[in-house]
Amino acid sequence: MLAVRSGKPVTFSAQALEQAQQIIRRYPEGQKKSALIPILHLAQEQNGGFLSVEAMDYVAEMLDLSPIEVYEVATFYTMFHLKPVGRYVLEVCHTGPCEIKGAEWLLQTLKSKLGVDEGEITPDGLFSIRRVECLAACGYAPMLQCGERYYEFLNTEEKVEALLEHLRQNANT
Amino acid sequence: MGKRLLLEHAHVESIDRLDVYRRHGGYAAVEKALKSMSPAEVVEEVKKSGLRGRGGAGFPTGLKWSFLDKKSGRPRYLVCNADESEPGTFKDRYLMEKLPHLLLEGIIVSSYALESHCAFIYVRGEFRWIIKILERAIEEACAAGWLGKNILGTGFDLDIIVHPGAGAYICGEETALLESLEGKRGLPRIKPPFPAVVGLYGMPTVVNNVETLAATPWIVLNGGDAYASIGIGKSTGTKLISACGNIRKPGVYEIELGLSLEEFLYSDEWCGGMEGAYGLKAVVPGGSSVPILPASLALKTASGQPRLLSYESLAEGGFESGSMLGSGGFIVYDEAQCIVRNTFNFARFYHHESCGQCSPCREGTGWLERILHKLEEGHGTLADIDLLWDVQKKIEGNTICPLGDAAAWPVASAIRHFRHEFEEHVHHPERCLFRRRQAAVPVNALAEPV
Amino acid sequence: MIRITIDDIETQVEEGTTILNAARKIGGKIVPPAMCYYSSLPGSGGKCRACLVKVEQASARDPRPMPKLVASCCTPAQDGMVVRNITSPEVIEARKGVVELLLVNHPLDCPICDQAGECDLQNFAYEHGLEKTRSEFPRRTFDPIDIGPHIQLHMTRCILCYRCTLVADQLTNERVHGILWRGEVSEISTYIQKAIDNDFSGNMIDVCPVGALTDKHFRFRNRVWFLNPMDAHRACSKCSGKVVLWLRGKEIYRVTARKDAYGEVHDFICNACRWEHYDLNDWVVEGPRSFQPWSVINANKYNAQTKELPDQLYSKLDNRRWNEFEGVT
Ligand SMILES: Cc1cc2nc3c(=O)[nH]c(=O)nc-3n(C[C@H](O)[C@H](O)[C@H](O)COP(=O)(O)O)c2cc1C
Ligand code: SF4
Ligand code: SF4
Ligand code: SF4
Ligand code: FES
Ligand code: FES
Repeated sequence: MLAVRSGKPVTFSAQALEQAQQIIRRYPEGQKKSALIPILHLAQEQNGGFLSVEAMDYVAEMLDLSPIEVYEVATFYTMFHLKPVGRYVLEVCHTGPCEIKGAEWLLQTLKSKLGVDEGEITPDGLFSIRRVECLAACGYAPMLQCGERYYEFLNTEEKVEALLEHLRQNANT
Repeated sequence: MGKRLLLEHAHVESIDRLDVYRRHGGYAAVEKALKSMSPAEVVEEVKKSGLRGRGGAGFPTGLKWSFLDKKSGRPRYLVCNADESEPGTFKDRYLMEKLPHLLLEGIIVSSYALESHCAFIYVRGEFRWIIKILERAIEEACAAGWLGKNILGTGFDLDIIVHPGAGAYICGEETALLESLEGKRGLPRIKPPFPAVVGLYGMPTVVNNVETLAATPWIVLNGGDAYASIGIGKSTGTKLISACGNIRKPGVYEIELGLSLEEFLYSDEWCGGMEGAYGLKAVVPGGSSVPILPASLALKTASGQPRLLSYESLAEGGFESGSMLGSGGFIVYDEAQCIVRNTFNFARFYHHESCGQCSPCREGTGWLERILHKLEEGHGTLADIDLLWDVQKKIEGNTICPLGDAAAWPVASAIRHFRHEFEEHVHHPERCLFRRRQAAVPVNALAEPV
Repeated sequence: MIRITIDDIETQVEEGTTILNAARKIGGKIVPPAMCYYSSLPGSGGKCRACLVKVEQASARDPRPMPKLVASCCTPAQDGMVVRNITSPEVIEARKGVVELLLVNHPLDCPICDQAGECDLQNFAYEHGLEKTRSEFPRRTFDPIDIGPHIQLHMTRCILCYRCTLVADQLTNERVHGILWRGEVSEISTYIQKAIDNDFSGNMIDVCPVGALTDKHFRFRNRVWFLNPMDAHRACSKCSGKVVLWLRGKEIYRVTARKDAYGEVHDFICNACRWEHYDLNDWVVEGPRSFQPWSVINANKYNAQTKELPDQLYSKLDNRRWNEFEGVT
């Protein structure tokens, strides 16, 4: 197992720090650890999409936990990326109901359009592709998640192309 | 059109906003419960209603509530399970997206019944936009005095906290969920003790599914008896079914329990029949964990009765010829689908989602996946089919939590009902329709977002 | 006190006692095997499923059977409970299943494993007549790594019993290793290169039921069955100083804590006693260890496998040579 140190310290923006304090405050007295998962989400956001060792150590300190407790949790959940990822992570559901509607086709199409394999990052740093399990969109397959949003019924090349174009546009603005 | 207790106003414009929701009768149940009923009376109505847990296990909700330790005087918690990750299930998402205030209303009356002053909604982390919807709804409700201190001047206090998960199916299991909520790895706890005695932060806790809680306002307003008069036998009320697979109209439907499966599948009011030229091959009626039913057993029970969408009818015939209502994830397969492939796919899912805590599940799910992969690829032997049967038996019933069983059942039922397909994959893998179609474009352009 | 019957033998135990501990009170063959439970480590148990038993009657008040087999290490006995262990074919069958599944990813390289002869898994497998699984697929593999100056981790052999993390939580201020990832790929790790070094870290080796955590100072020096275990003690300011010396002639090959009949340590020892006193004069020798945990080695059943070993490999501390040997296999 290799751990990724980014070599640069992590800092939360003032707004993120305030958000973190708000999260901690909402749990009962003495239950600070409950804030761990929400704050790891925040840390991932603040750290360019992935959790470096520095980011996790920072969270550990914030919540008075030992670093290993944070590593244990971060490695358990699939939403936490422990290696750098593209700016847009295209997370394609490949579970049964999606598979019968063309999840493998969607994966293939994305791979050939972007020229990268699963787990890789496009040279422009914009995209990476990842398989995930059921996202609770089974009736709207094939689909993928990107950031906050689900993109559903991606069943034609045109729709896939339009999605990629839309994301590229977004990146420029 | 069947009765709609949950989704009646789902299509009203901006029903996710408090004022619109109020105009359609929203929060009347809170008013009624807090002002004119005692907590025990609310519990009693829920007991009378016969409402059963909609998360998968179907445990009677009123009974579960009555186990909650109220005597010791320790803080009590209500936790709403919005982890929705069972393949085939996407109903809670729909409900929260459309009717966030209905869920809040359900949580308020349920917390009142349980005399709990702090409730959590554990939402799967991927549902980021839903978290925002819920948080906005909570803000609105707080500002209007439906939440917070001294609600409606009755002295009842309640806070609701939305807590995100981070990608782990196992956190839908109630004790893994509690661990996760405490900021730990989602490892199911060893029971006993049950959450009703030792739950969140060691305190008495009730965990209920989104849909279960959303059903309580109607029961409070109309009475348990009225609810019990809907449905069939011990399957009272309505149920959300999320339908997907090779059907014309995938989506979320509210049905009165007891509707016949055939009508649900073929009527234009619901699924609208098969999507293409192929006929029905099989149905998984309650999410990926429940046994698969071949077409003949999906439409009729082994004794020749029409199969109904109810807890009892779907389970009729036990594992030999029945299945379960589970979470209501209704997956339909047409003749072009491959059962071997689908079984492999599900085995891969359980392997990926096993928490790894207990050895039969940790080691067995991977083994199942590998044997199925070999068979699916056409490299398997007849002995592999028997081995598969053996391995699933070693897992079933021997694990800490039901995920082990959930991994074993789809495999067992697929072999039981579709052994010929497994054999075909040994002898003539090249004939598999699914494998042949896989390279082609899978398009089903019929379905569009509603 | 409550009454419980296990394999037709009745006994009385305190309320709250687990079925496993009730069985241990009876003793003998009816005691279920335990690979993850450890009585002195709260929170242990329930994970390996080796100790599954059948509850034929839940209690005097509720005489119904329990629907599934239960883990005896974490199921409390009830008054009037009737339990079947070795007299239940269902239990034996399930246990065989557990062994086979535990071996799916296990290297079974006992001939080159330092734990051989005192390994719970080796005994467990042998007892159930299984030396390998029917799985033909590649096993998960990890390179052995040093975690600190004293301990080596062979993750490939780990059965994820969680004992070493529990012992670290209990005996040290800040645990630096833990269980990472999920499911079949979970592993014991420090995540970042970090030495496990505190006064009691050596106890992790003693609680490990298999050869996943081993004593780097002892590795390859000798096979346990060639050594003479002696109870001994010394005055120690950190721990009880009560240990077992593993001797050949007058030479101390290894120092461990004392294990009971079920392989459990009740008096954890400090690293100084374990690694800094290899001189016999430092110790007051009490006499030969009064009992030996049952093992395939003691039962003389292991000879065939031991013969495969090049003898000279055990004669001296020669890590370099050993590494070559490992490279070959
Ligand atoms: C592996 C596993 C996953 C589960 N996932 C969910 C889930 O996503 N949502 C849910 O409500 N219940 C889920 N459950 C069921 C819960 O453990 C629990 O029974 C339920 O939340 C209780 O609520 P109810 O009585 O209202 O159904 C799951 C159970 C298991 C064993
Ligand atoms: S059955 Fe699987 S998911 Fe459940 S506790 Fe065991 S390993 Fe974890
Ligand atoms: S850990 Fe035990 S079973 Fe595994 S190789 Fe070592 S001695 Fe053999
Ligand atoms: S290293 Fe040993 S003690 Fe630790 S979990 Fe693995 S088998 Fe158990
Ligand atoms: S199977 Fe893909 S979203 Fe459910
Ligand atoms: S000893 Fe009971 S489950 Fe491991």
